[in-house]
Amino acid sequence: MQKITYADGIRMGFEYLLENHKEVFVIGQGLWSPWYVGSSMRDLDKKFGRERVIDSPVSEFAVTASALGASLCGYRPVVVHPRIDFMVFAMDPIVNQAAKWRHMFGGQTSAPVTFRAIINRGGEQGAQHSQSLHSWFAHIPGLRVVMPGTAADARDLLIASVLCDDPVMYIDDRWSYDMEDTVAKAKPVTLEDIGPLVRKEGTDITLVGAGFSYRLAREVADEYEAEGISCEVIDLRVINPLKYDTIVASVNKTKNLCVVDGGWKTCGLGGEIIAGVMEKLPVGSLASAPKRVTLTDAPAPTSAPLEKIYYTTKKEIREAINTQLQSHKETIK
Amino acid sequence: MKQLKELGILGDPQAFHEAISIEGADVAFLKSALYDISLIRACEYHLRDGMYNKTITCPCHLCVGQEAIAVGISKFLQKTDRVFGAHRSHAHFLAINRDVYGLFAEVLGKVTGASKGMGGSMHLFDGDNGFKGSVPIVGATIPIATGAGLAAKMDGGDDIAVTYFGDAACEEGPFHESLNLAANMKLPVLYVCENNLASSHMHISLRQPTDTMARFAEAHTINNLVVEGNNVVEVANAAKQAIDYIRETRKPFFLEMVTYRWSGHVGPTEDSDVGVKRAATHVVWKNRDPLRRLSEALLNSGQITQLEIDEMNNSIKKIVDENWEKALAAPFPEDHALLDLVYTKN
Repeated sequence: MQKITYADGIRMGFEYLLENHKEVFVIGQGLWSPWYVGSSMRDLDKKFGRERVIDSPVSEFAVTASALGASLCGYRPVVVHPRIDFMVFAMDPIVNQAAKWRHMFGGQTSAPVTFRAIINRGGEQGAQHSQSLHSWFAHIPGLRVVMPGTAADARDLLIASVLCDDPVMYIDDRWSYDMEDTVAKAKPVTLEDIGPLVRKEGTDITLVGAGFSYRLAREVADEYEAEGISCEVIDLRVINPLKYDTIVASVNKTKNLCVVDGGWKTCGLGGEIIAGVMEKLPVGSLASAPKRVTLTDAPAPTSAPLEKIYYTTKKEIREAINTQLQSHKETIK
Repeated sequence: MKQLKELGILGDPQAFHEAISIEGADVAFLKSALYDISLIRACEYHLRDGMYNKTITCPCHLCVGQEAIAVGISKFLQKTDRVFGAHRSHAHFLAINRDVYGLFAEVLGKVTGASKGMGGSMHLFDGDNGFKGSVPIVGATIPIATGAGLAAKMDGGDDIAVTYFGDAACEEGPFHESLNLAANMKLPVLYVCENNLASSHMHISLRQPTDTMARFAEAHTINNLVVEGNNVVEVANAAKQAIDYIRETRKPFFLEMVTYRWSGHVGPTEDSDVGVKRAATHVVWKNRDPLRRLSEALLNSGQITQLEIDEMNNSIKKIVDENWEKALAAPFPEDHALLDLVYTKN
């Protein structure tokens, strides 16, 4: 067993893939420069050569589509987008092409390409350097969407994503990079078998999150534990296709559901989880109205005081949970 | 200000009406090209009729008038090359495989079609013969083919990638990104621009400051040729030069094939383009017919007789009719295909 950070996990995932799979290559902006991707790609170009770890021109569309093209010819490319905001230039190859390639050609071909999109926000970067667009991609049939919440998953889900025969959007978050975890030796896992996991068992309320939001939910749960409140925490890990069984079973047990989502509220992952759970439970199953803690529906601000109120805090999550548990208590009375 | 290059006589509808010159050309190729162009045109006219009588309800972008380009290029392709098309790709598909049945069944949405009935006219596939896919988002396969070229480069053999697109695709950003990428990374990609001087409904003069697309290749230091695309001998000569160059140097090449589509942008009619009346020059342009100019050349030089041409056309008609009947009788995909095909494993 070895102690690693989330950023180490990503790099170890790449190392495993490049060492064991000659059909894997990585392409994107900044791969020869740590400035772009932190330590998550450190020295990979030196170890595996610049033919397989390719720093590219500033052409998000063509680079993303090229990786897709190579994936149709026997390769398993990973395209790295150092910021998910800039990847918006590459919507066609992701949404129109990769996600549909297999379906529209009758299952005779598929596009095993992985799009690694990095969420990189805060620090007064503002509207175009701060987005969490995972819900967009989870809306697209044919595109698997992965959001690792732990360092071990950062490594293992990257390996699973790249070895999956479908196109995968792997979204990691720079706010998670220092998170630590103890891991065993890397081994391949099948992405299709991966789904939401109960990371902490509890009885009073179910907290659901993905990526960095899982971390927030987990920290809140750990705080509550000391206060005698028992939260069950679910890490979604894969948000498309979404498997509901674990979440439904948990909510059926705790009777309370709070979803923490790093994206916006409207048409977002938070609302989707609540809807998906509610339609699978009989009317009246819950003891309190379900809640979602999300960003407010506004672009990210640059001004420090505004930024402070913009991003979700543990305090906000606690307020939501307190309201729910209060209403639960009143119901019991 | 610098004067932009222009197509000149290649863009003049009055020019190139006469039989093509076949002096020194390989007669076996000319005859097979005559067959292929005739077959593609017969298929397109059959589909046109199917749209008129509503047997076909899937949108089809016919390529009548542009057949010689794919026929001339496909002569030099190998099965391990990677070919990508666009919305108007029946010719690109048939020039590689002559799979009339696969095309017809696909257009009818049948499970026996080229894309198992999941693609229709605009999404064609033939993996065994290197046809990696055609899709209708304008310009979309240009960067995808560029990546197939990157794969070919990594493979280390002599395979190439080919992408067919029109003049309007040159107005898309990814086209320019792709040319830069291919030139910079030295990728074995053949860019084939079928310049028919029209987007869905607008003449090139309303969309660009000049009418030749090869200027974009120049800007990216990519070798290129501007070709009379309705002359199959010139197309084949240029294709050979381009493809030999790519196989040898592993660098991209750009072919601008000047042509004219007889069909409207989509659907069976000739007289209108998405509701816009076609130009008065339409009938003049049709004299630059790749089929008539090739058959006349063969007849004039005594390489073929009218009887042989008639027999060929009869045999093509039989192939078209038989495959159409067979396609009509074929089953549709089963309902579960809708969800089964979304992911490789569910």
